[in-house]
Amino acid sequence: MKTILSSTLSRKNLMALTGLFLCFFLVIHLLGNLQLLLPPERAEGSFNYYSDLLSGNIFIMMISYVLYFSLVAHAVDALVITIRNKKAVSKYAYDDRKQVSKWYSRNMGILGSILLIFLIIHFKDFWYLYKFGTVPKDKEGYKNLYVVVIYAFKSWWYVLLYVFAMLALGYHLLHGFKSAVRTLGLYHPRYAGYVQIFGLIYSYAITIGFSIIPVYVHLTHFGLWN
Amino acid sequence: MKIHLKIWRQKDVLAEGQLVDYDLDEVDQHMSFLEMMDTLNEQLILKGEFPVEFDHDCREGICGACGMMINGQAHGPVAGLTACQLHMREFEDGATIYVEPFRARAFPVKRDLKIDRSAFDRIIRSGGFISANTGQPAEANTLLITHEDAESAFDSAACIGCGACVATCKNSSAALFTSAKISHLAKMPQGKKEAAKRVLTMVARMDAEGFGHCSNTEACEVKCPQGISVLNIARMNWEHTKAALLKD
Repeated sequence: MKTILSSTLSRKNLMALTGLFLCFFLVIHLLGNLQLLLPPERAEGSFNYYSDLLSGNIFIMMISYVLYFSLVAHAVDALVITIRNKKAVSKYAYDDRKQVSKWYSRNMGILGSILLIFLIIHFKDFWYLYKFGTVPKDKEGYKNLYVVVIYAFKSWWYVLLYVFAMLALGYHLLHGFKSAVRTLGLYHPRYAGYVQIFGLIYSYAITIGFSIIPVYVHLTHFGLWN
Repeated sequence: MKIHLKIWRQKDVLAEGQLVDYDLDEVDQHMSFLEMMDTLNEQLILKGEFPVEFDHDCREGICGACGMMINGQAHGPVAGLTACQLHMREFEDGATIYVEPFRARAFPVKRDLKIDRSAFDRIIRSGGFISANTGQPAEANTLLITHEDAESAFDSAACIGCGACVATCKNSSAALFTSAKISHLAKMPQGKKEAAKRVLTMVARMDAEGFGHCSNTEACEVKCPQGISVLNIARMNWEHTKAALLKD
C-alpha cells in the first residue's frame, strides 16, 4: 500500500484516473448542453427538465461526489507533482529544449490553472446559483436554468471568456488524454497509436462542441441573428 | 571556419559556474564536436590555462560517456546522435555555440561539463540484473526465444545510459532510462521471474535519487541517441502497478 501511495508513478496514476473520469464527465456534460442548440421553445422545456432530473437523482448525486473528488484530487496531485518536479530540475543558462516537444505538453500546469479559474467562475454562475441561489420557475414548475444560461451569454466578453477557456481545455485534453492512457500502462504500439488518434478526435469534439454553444446562444438571442 | 564558444566553467561541485567566451579561428568542418573541444583545450594548455573538462570514451557513439548541452539541446541540434558523433559542419561559419553540462539535481556537476551520473548506476544496482546460478552454461535450446522477442528486448537494451533523457526532460525524469532496463529484462524469459520485484526496487531507487515525474512530453525519445521508445515507460508503469497491487 505504501508503494501505491508514495511513488512517482502512483501519483501519476492518480492524475490519469481522475483525469480520465473528468474526460468521461465532459462527454456527458456536452451531450446535456447540446440541448441548448435546439429551437428556443423546445430547448427551454428540455433543458430545464434535464437539469431537474440530474439534481434529484441519487445515482447522479453519487457520481457528482466522484466528480468533486476528481477535480480536487487532480488539482492537488498536480501541485504535489509540480513541487517535486521543481526540486528535481536544475536551470540551464541557455535552454532550447522547447524544440523537441509540444508546448502544450510542457505547460499542462498553466493550462490547468486557467481551467481552475474558469471552473470557479463556472461553478459560481451556474452550479451555485442553481443549488443555492434563487432561480425563476418555468411553465412546468422546474427551475428555469435555461433563462439563466441564455442571459449569461448576453455579453460578448463572457462568450469570449468561455471560448478561450475551451481552447485551453482543448490543448489540456490533447496532451492529457494520451498521457493518461500512457501513464496507466498501455504500451502496445498498435493500441497506443489508436488511442492517440482517438484522443485527437475527442479533444477536437469537446472543444468545438463546448465553444459552439455560447457563440450560438449569443448570436441567436442577442446578436446578428436575432 | 570560425566559431565563438560560450562554455560552462565550474571549478567543482560547490563552486558557482559561469559561461566563459572562447574563440576558435581554424575549425575544420569535418571535425567532430569533441575534436573541436580538443583543439580548444590544446590552445588553453599552451596558454597555461586549465582545459575544459568533459567526459568521453569510445567516440563512436556507443559508450554513452560523452554528453553535453550544445546550443540548449542534449547532444546538440541533430536528433539521434551523441555529442561525439556531431560534426562541425552542422554549424554555420561564425556561429556562437553554447556548451553546458547535462543538468538535473540528481546529476551534480563535478567540473565544467563533467557530471556525476552514478545515480544511474545505483538504479541498475537496485534491480537491473537477473540472478543466475554460476556454473556450466545451459543448453541454448532449453530456453526458446522468438527472433521478434529477442529484437524487441534488444531495442530496449540499446540504452547507453548517457543521461540525455534526463537532461532534456523538463522534469528531470529518469523514466526512459529506468523503463528501458525494466522492459529489456521483462521481455526475456530469464528476466520474467524477478520482473515484479525488479520494477518495485528500481522505481523506488529512481524516486529516492530525486528524479522528477514523467509527464509524457516525449522529448526524451527525440533526443535519445539510441531512439529508445517512450512506450518502454508505459510498460514500466503497467509492470509497476501490477507488481504494487499483487505483491505480498
